[in-house]
Amino acid sequence: MDSGLSEDPVALKILIAGGFGVGKTTLVGSISEIKPLRTEEVLSERGIGVDDIDGVEAKTTTTVAMDFGRITIREGLVVYLFGTPGQERFWFMWDELSYGALGAVVIADTRRLTDCFPSVDYFEQRGTPFVVAVNCFDGAERHSVDDVRIALDLDDHVPVLLCDVRRRTSAKEVMVTLVEHSLRTLTAAG
Amino acid sequence: MTETPQWLDEEAGPVVRPYALIRGRTRSSGDMFDLIATVRVVDEPPGDAPSDLGPEQQTILRMARSPISVADVAADLDLPIGVVRVLLGDMRDHGLISVTSPSAARPRPSSGILKEVINGLRAL
Repeated sequence: MDSGLSEDPVALKILIAGGFGVGKTTLVGSISEIKPLRTEEVLSERGIGVDDIDGVEAKTTTTVAMDFGRITIREGLVVYLFGTPGQERFWFMWDELSYGALGAVVIADTRRLTDCFPSVDYFEQRGTPFVVAVNCFDGAERHSVDDVRIALDLDDHVPVLLCDVRRRTSAKEVMVTLVEHSLRTLTAAG
Repeated sequence: MTETPQWLDEEAGPVVRPYALIRGRTRSSGDMFDLIATVRVVDEPPGDAPSDLGPEQQTILRMARSPISVADVAADLDLPIGVVRVLLGDMRDHGLISVTSPSAARPRPSSGILKEVINGLRAL
């Protein structure tokens, strides 16, 4: 075992975003050791009215569960995956999660494409490199990658790919596409 | 944790509310610890380090013999991130552990690292 003398490990963070029930947990589980991670957060103004907390003075906290996965590339090089909470009222957590993130995967379901608009907007505004992974659910009408790109009004450089998040090979392809995209973005930024 | 008595299943709920572990505090010097900051034990803690650590903190000391992330500590202890940050902040203030944020250690991953990640992902 290494003692505390070893060099600091390199830790990279990738976010998995998208609407509720779109396959975020499945994607994280397909490719990494997955653990649930709890965070207790102070409910923001936006949350008030969603939860019935009338009459409760001051602030209150709520428990938010996130999916958390780790992929050990080698000793000292680890990629962490965080499934962002889908509900909009937990958006205040995103700033922390996205700080220093290498990039993000936005999972889209063509039956409910609008669900991923907020995620796309968020990462575009923050300048976080992201890819759109269209999860091909059984029975979902197949759309071409180009249709999705147009519907989401994505810049040409944003990769869009079809995937099946239940399959490890497909999940791997999504992750590789994202890191390649992040690499291009970093290189371009100098 | 393995020492949980068997009659206490998940449905029973926590016996001790998480924030009781940290005496009701929700703020500490550990507030800003990044989820992927690296926690590790300090080889030679100062002589005035407290000896009355709680079981969670003793577990953290064992976990952090090799570097471990803040998120891993929270997931493995099954405690909310906020509680773990307070515990870690106290332990750092007492000189028992160090917490290194990824941005301090390395502001931006090099292209060499990213290529290594790409190859590593392909090889999974």
